[in-house]
Order: sequence, then structure tokens, then C-alpha cells
Amino acid sequence: MHELSITQSIVDAVCERAAGRPVLSVKVRVGTLTAVVPEAMRFCFGVVVEGTVAEGARLDIDLRPAATHCRTCGADSEITDPIVLCRCGSADVDVVSGRELQIVSMRVG
Amino acid sequence: MCATCGCGEAGVRVSSPHDHDHNHGHDQDHGHQHVHPQEHAQPRTITLEQKVLAKNDQLAERNRYRLAERHIVAVNLMSSPGAGKTTLLERTIRDLSSDRPIAVIEGDQETLLDADRIRRTGAPVVQVNTGAGCHLDAAMTHDALDALDPAAGSLIFIENVGNLVCPALFDLGESGKVVIISVTEGTDKPLKYPYMFAAADLVVVNKTDLLPYVDFDLAACRRHLAAINPRAEVVAVSATTGDHLGDWYGWLGAWA
Repeated sequence: MHELSITQSIVDAVCERAAGRPVLSVKVRVGTLTAVVPEAMRFCFGVVVEGTVAEGARLDIDLRPAATHCRTCGADSEITDPIVLCRCGSADVDVVSGRELQIVSMRVG
Repeated sequence: MCATCGCGEAGVRVSSPHDHDHNHGHDQDHGHQHVHPQEHAQPRTITLEQKVLAKNDQLAERNRYRLAERHIVAVNLMSSPGAGKTTLLERTIRDLSSDRPIAVIEGDQETLLDADRIRRTGAPVVQVNTGAGCHLDAAMTHDALDALDPAAGSLIFIENVGNLVCPALFDLGESGKVVIISVTEGTDKPLKYPYMFAAADLVVVNKTDLLPYVDFDLAACRRHLAAINPRAEVVAVSATTGDHLGDWYGWLGAWA
């Protein structure tokens, strides 16, 4: 259940930055290669914000699909499972996106 | 509550077998910058664009720098419970501790059982009990290093909490990540837990002495690993019989 400590990190950073103002919403960017389950993050968020300035805030998750650039054939592909392979079969690929785990912004009242 | 690990009342404890009361300190880098609210009421958007695990990553870098300064190499050992991490460590310490000082950080949710096993080998050891936590993080590693105070030039093994999911995400400041699987777990483990295997520098397939008794296809397992993580090296050993442990020691020697 690493989503709990990850979500705690998000809420801590947001509350610190809010400096006492109520937090209305928080936007995070989560890549599909990060092993973070959005539903679990959402559940944890509701629990972790209780009693903080972010209580009741909405969590927007911008889920980023995984994409690769193949160094063998040059193709850019989107991948849907965690096996990072190009369609040509090469494993010599750059992961262009899918590993994001960032707090993008927040809306304060 | 700790910003990085989310531990609070559950209580992370760092202890060595002779000192059971050292608490997780949380005195490093948990200072909060307080910006006083201005008089305004209009809702507004604040851009953060920061990594969620930024604090953990900063602390991990600090651990890494602190270790490098003293020529200490730290290896993060991860596996599911029961893959044989502690047995491999006991054997490794006995075989290698005459070459260089070896120290161990043991991570478990509860008990000092593994630390006691390591202590019997003569190596310095501290136990981190994560309570409800399912992984070690950089703050826990920092506190454990304080308690362990390893000798310059040491090789440190960090035995993470037995779990093939969560520890993959948390940088501890280690030099290398080793994932251990045992032949009793099934050939398809790398496909089932790809994030963990993708993070590995080395995969140790343990308990090869049991190969005649279980349905484990070593060649297929290597193929699965190559698909998940083509850059990881693989060694197949038995920590119990000592079979092929030279391959593991060879990797450690080249890495450390």
C-alpha cells in the first residue's frame, strides 16, 4: 500500500504551500509505469486530507500513458503493459513518458 | 507525521539487538517553510510542478553522498517474504567479511528476529521495524545509518521489507538494487511483478538446490527477466548449499 505514503507526501507538500488557505483541488500527474493505482490514491487522499486545510479538496489525476522511442527502428509507440518493448521486438528503447509522479498544481480558496 | 513515509502513531523503530529503544528521529529536513497567508479571498491556482517523492529523493541523495564520502557501498536487497534474503546474507557475511567490513540494516514490519540472526554472524546490524509500513524509505535509512555508524570502506546490505511491489519506488540512497526470487515461487514472478524487476541491477535466483523438486524453468525465467529488464544481470545460486555463490560474490566485487 505505497499509495498511502505517496499520497501523504502529496498532501504534506500541498498543505505546506497553501500556508493556511483552504485547498479546493489538487492536480497530480501519474504515469502508468509508476505502479501507482489511481483508485488507491483517490481512496488514500480522502483519508489523508482529513483535519488538514485540504479536507474536502478534489483530486484530479492526469494519467499519462507509457510511450517509448525505439533506438533500433526509430518507431514511437504507446505501450499498454509494463513490458517495455518496441513492436519490432527490440528492448533497446527510451521511455519517453509513463514514469511521471508529480504534483502539477492546486487551487486554493 | 513524517512527510516521506507517512509513519506516525504506527511508529517506525530503529534498534540494534543490544539497544531496543531508539526511536525514528525525524529530525532531519522535516522543517516546514511557513509562508504567512496574505489577505486575499479570491480562489487562485498555484503551480507546483514538483516530484511527489521529491523529499524522499533529496534525502536519498544525501544518504548516497554520505556513503560515498566514506567509500561505503550499500546494496538494497528486495524480495517477497521467504525468498532467502537473510540466509543469503548470513552466508555472504561468513564468506566475505574477512575481505572488507560488512554491516546490515534489516527491515521488517515487526520483530528483531532477522537482526538476531545477522548479529550471530558477528556483523554490526540495526533493525528497522516499519510497523504498518510496507517498505523502507530514505528517512528510515538515514536513521538506521546513524544508529549503525558503519566503518569507512564497509559493504552495507539493506534488507528491505519482504514485498515485491512497494520498495521498488523508494530510493534509499543505495548503490545498487538486488532482487531475489526463489525457485519455489514460480517462473512467472518477473511478469507478475514487473516494476520491481525493472528496477533491479541484479536478480539472484535462489534455492537452486530445490530445482529437482519444483516446477521451475530457469531458462524461461531468464527470458521473462530479459523482457522486463534487459540490463539486469542474473545469477542462480543456492545460499543453503553454497552452489554458484561465486557468481554473486563476483557481481558484488565488480559492483562494490
